[in-house]
Amino acid sequence: MAHKGQQVRVGADIGGTFTDVVLETGGNLHSTKLLTTHGAPEQAIVEGVTQVAKQAGVLPSEIDSVIHGTTLATNALIERRGAKTALITTKGFRDVVEMRTENRFELYDLNIVLPPPLISREHRFVLDERIDAGGNVLKSLDAREAEALIDRILAAGYESVAVGLIHSYANDAHERLIRDILKKKRPELPVSISSEVSPQMREFQRFNTVSANAYVQPVMASYLKRLTGGLESAGVRCPVYIMHSGGGIITVESAIAFPVRLLESGPAGGAIFAADIAARYGLDRVLSYDMGGTTAKICLIEQQTPKTAKTFEVARTYRFKKGSGMPISIPVIEMVEIGAGGGSIATVDSMRQIRVGPESAGSEPGPACYGRGGTKPTVTDADLILGRIDADAFAGGSIKLATKESEKALTTGFGEKLGLDTTAAAFGLSEVVDENMSNAARMHAVENGKELGTYAMIAFGGAAPLHAARLGEKLGISEIIVPPGAGVGSAIGFLRAPFGFESVRSAYVRLSRFDGPRVNAVLAELTEEATSFVKAGAPDVEPVRECTAYMRYIGQGWEIPVPVEIKTYGAKGAEEFQRRFTDAYVALFGRAIDDLDVEIVSWSLRASSPAAKAERMSLLASKKDVTSKLKRRIFEARQSGFADAAIHERAALKPGDRVVGPAAIVESETTTIVSSTYEAVMQPDGCLLLRARAAAAQSKGA
Amino acid sequence: MSLALANVRAQVMWNRLIAVVEEQAVALVRTAFSTSVREAGDLSAGVFDRKGRMIAQAVTGTPGHVNAMAAAVGHFIKAIGEDNIFEGDAYITNDPWLGTGHLHDLTVVSPSFRKGKLIGYFACTAHVVDVGGRGFGPDANEVYEEGICIPIMKFAERGKVNRDLVNILHNNVRESKQVVGDIYSLAACNETGHRRLFDMLDEFGIDDIDTLAEFIFERSLAATIERIKALPNGTYRNSMRVDGYGSPIDMVVAMTVKDEEILVDFDGTSSQSPRGINVPLIYTTAYAAYGLKVALAPEIPNNWASLEPFKVSAPPGCILNAQRPAAVAVRHVLGHFVPDVILGAIHTMLPGHVPAEGSGALWNIHISARPSGGNLPPGMAAQRAEVLMFNSGGSGARPNQDGMGATAFPSGVHTMSIEATEHVGPVIFWRKELRDGSGGAGKFRGGLGQIVEIAPAKGHEFYFNAMFDRIDNPARGRAGGETGAPGNVSLDDGTKLNGKGRQHVPESRRLILQAPGGGGYGAPSERAPEDTARDKARNYVKS
Repeated sequence: MAHKGQQVRVGADIGGTFTDVVLETGGNLHSTKLLTTHGAPEQAIVEGVTQVAKQAGVLPSEIDSVIHGTTLATNALIERRGAKTALITTKGFRDVVEMRTENRFELYDLNIVLPPPLISREHRFVLDERIDAGGNVLKSLDAREAEALIDRILAAGYESVAVGLIHSYANDAHERLIRDILKKKRPELPVSISSEVSPQMREFQRFNTVSANAYVQPVMASYLKRLTGGLESAGVRCPVYIMHSGGGIITVESAIAFPVRLLESGPAGGAIFAADIAARYGLDRVLSYDMGGTTAKICLIEQQTPKTAKTFEVARTYRFKKGSGMPISIPVIEMVEIGAGGGSIATVDSMRQIRVGPESAGSEPGPACYGRGGTKPTVTDADLILGRIDADAFAGGSIKLATKESEKALTTGFGEKLGLDTTAAAFGLSEVVDENMSNAARMHAVENGKELGTYAMIAFGGAAPLHAARLGEKLGISEIIVPPGAGVGSAIGFLRAPFGFESVRSAYVRLSRFDGPRVNAVLAELTEEATSFVKAGAPDVEPVRECTAYMRYIGQGWEIPVPVEIKTYGAKGAEEFQRRFTDAYVALFGRAIDDLDVEIVSWSLRASSPAAKAERMSLLASKKDVTSKLKRRIFEARQSGFADAAIHERAALKPGDRVVGPAAIVESETTTIVSSTYEAVMQPDGCLLLRARAAAAQSKGA
Repeated sequence: MSLALANVRAQVMWNRLIAVVEEQAVALVRTAFSTSVREAGDLSAGVFDRKGRMIAQAVTGTPGHVNAMAAAVGHFIKAIGEDNIFEGDAYITNDPWLGTGHLHDLTVVSPSFRKGKLIGYFACTAHVVDVGGRGFGPDANEVYEEGICIPIMKFAERGKVNRDLVNILHNNVRESKQVVGDIYSLAACNETGHRRLFDMLDEFGIDDIDTLAEFIFERSLAATIERIKALPNGTYRNSMRVDGYGSPIDMVVAMTVKDEEILVDFDGTSSQSPRGINVPLIYTTAYAAYGLKVALAPEIPNNWASLEPFKVSAPPGCILNAQRPAAVAVRHVLGHFVPDVILGAIHTMLPGHVPAEGSGALWNIHISARPSGGNLPPGMAAQRAEVLMFNSGGSGARPNQDGMGATAFPSGVHTMSIEATEHVGPVIFWRKELRDGSGGAGKFRGGLGQIVEIAPAKGHEFYFNAMFDRIDNPARGRAGGETGAPGNVSLDDGTKLNGKGRQHVPESRRLILQAPGGGGYGAPSERAPEDTARDKARNYVKS
């Protein structure tokens, strides 16, 4: 394999609308975008791989690895297209997945519809067994009762079985016994047990996670097998690896065993893409901002590592509202997603206020200016009216935009009602969507005890470069990086992801009753598990390991992540955990509380292949100003008026070239708006750096 | 700048102000100790103008703080005195009649100064773990038994904390470190609010929020009035009987729509109780306003102006306008029924618009687990622990869909995981499941209640404070829908227990809670056959 002595790697991302494929060899990137082939998604990948290989002049057989991420698992959950699945659970807890948190996610709507459970009641079965919080058996599992139940389940023709028992994260014996019986009776039937899929305390999240795993498993296994088969037929001889939600890659076999880990793997690729750029420039605090056609996604990246969480929510059914989806407890790159994209539709509410999203015109019919029958005003229509998009050069000139349609949509949509002319209406729409995004980013930062003023932003996705400068103004961010290839960021991100796996487990340890041997046992188990996933894909490398203990004062409901050393702890271990907890607590909340006992609730251990050393670069200051005779009137939000902006071709800018705002830097996929607050400097790697002019002037003075 | 653009800008600032108070609330949730704050969202946060009028409030888990907090800040300004308000101050109270209806809620108000000038206030409220006295339960006869009452006073003056107050608290409440910690969190969350507000003022180049407040008030008032004007003038009545403590309580309402106002009066409602289920008017008002808003103007944000057209009254001494020294600790039970009473009145005005009655009050349980002495297994330490848990019955059927099973209404709380709860104390949950057949039949079925079975862990016993209702008076259906199943409290040997008050569960027994179901909507004969078949397949109904 390899081409002319250079590694050849391919990244492939299946999204809702497009399938992106990129190929990298010898430092060159080739990419292609195809429409997603919904019936048989592997076809677009096979076709895309063939295309980029031809583009790059390499043979499929020369490809060294294919790395794949996909929203298919997510879609199977959203569209309820999974297998006929049974859930076996503890007697008395048949309805855990249906009762949820007993909460209404929207207090001011009498007609909300609760998301139905993935496995409805008639498919949930119970066994009379019980384990307590300490892992002791209160009621042992009767094997005969289990066998009888399993016979019924097998007779009923289920395609997949999930097992979730109370406190199984503390003692998995009963779950394993049930699986053994199932496997003995029907070896080929897929079985997922919660103590393996998600050994975390909190039954609703764990049961839902194991249900989701079982539910999507047959679909994903069949898809992944077709994919590897298809690639093989196309001449690809290399292994295929799968991106998971935690930002690492695993083998196809691991992915088939734990398909729930593939949820949101596409967006995770975007965060890895941003993290790689952060590493290249040595940026320690970064806000990754990805805005596409329907949603915007925001992620915090610190020390070049995207922030992760132990649980998240997928398939939200009500305006992206927390609680309206289903919780999945697996390690995940933590992202905030809001309904703000180029296609987001504006309406007016009873207070005569403009509201934008989450309804989206999508790609069909699309914004009014596409001229494909859309009549509602969208973010893209506003961007067009405000001069940010050139009607004749959209998507490389492939779609001619109809300004008149945008004007009409803005006027009839809400401009007339509010007494706003077209420009004011467009400005209002755009300000509201930018405000929604900046509020979401700020809220996410507050939840994590962070201040965004000291962060740099990395903006990608088709719509982000149009809005990044305004977002930066609102958040007080003085450096914004707009990387090249922003339209296929996730697929590029896949190429930068390490072999990695994060194992998570709940195991309570009170520091006042510190139990060294128990802690050592937990660490050993986690190390072994996480390492085995990495070794499966990269047998020769020695993985880097990091461990986080999730700790809190006794009585608190929030655990905070505390980085801890992986080593053998003795009797003095409690002191070390106490010290690390106090440091972390003070860093987050400003002060510690004396004399309160502390407990460790959960542990996570991440093993990953060492990151390929990012080629370090420093952000380039300007060498020379460039000007352009080409001008366009672009609306300046801060000044509430139009200004003459210079238009530059991104491809024509050379490293060190400086463009002072107001300006627009155009490329076929998108346009970067440089408001008068910023200046843009082209970097050697093709990134555009937007710097606040005040900050730039200051550093020049220094 | 044209007027149109100025309005766009004001709208952006309004959105931002709501984001500011949401951030303020998030800051509080992150650092609070109190179970009901962190798990249930039992808190609120808001920003006020210089006159103490609420401009924006965070939407949190509890409508009970709506309006209650809105009224509270005015009391603070009056009690502290305008010339006694300094930069760096923080004021505090838990007075049930000035705050949010019981001693467990602490409210902290901080003045906001910019360039030496007072521009407004931030306030927040949280339910704390303990306030001394008998603990959280309905058994007191007077508020004095329910714990310490902090009158409106300064927690901090010019940045300096009142040590005497902290000292008194340390000596009068259980878990005092957590309680004092929560007060610091409240003050800190107001600080977060100030900082965000100043960022916003810097960004928009303004120095006060008076103009913005006027804009918000004008828009909110106009939108609310528009809704009210669309309703037919008249007086609409409803009454509902609930269990109370010892003797039943009649809740009686007359709702008068008059041009641009809605007046809600509770004359005819039962007198106040000798037990801690009484409700100060401030809390009645909060839930009455919620009942009106959720049905008539749900998307208009809560602020002084959007609440202004809703006027609430009740004769002094009635249980919904209880007078000091009435005991009020579990005022939430009757408070949670206020929206059902109001919705019933709205139904007579606008049929086909609101749901049937539901289980209403949460089935909260406070458990005090103790070693039962002598028979602990070897190696197992005896544990004393306080365990608080929220359980919800079924909500009422809607005019076009079934009610929600085991889902809180009107409260917006979350329940706790039973696995997490079993880590808190020596209790074992043997069952927590939907209660088959408990939803009232109808064209649309009432939501199912739930069954919870709790036993002390080996070597322990427990006492619990019952605060349950709808045992004798189940949720009624609407428009031909049937009544939901009543609640029931018993031991596993069949012993019937009371719906209210402190009771005992010995080591060998299980406590069984059967939370009530919601009422049905429309005649059962009109139910679609496929819905009936599904209910049977899923055992939602008893076959």
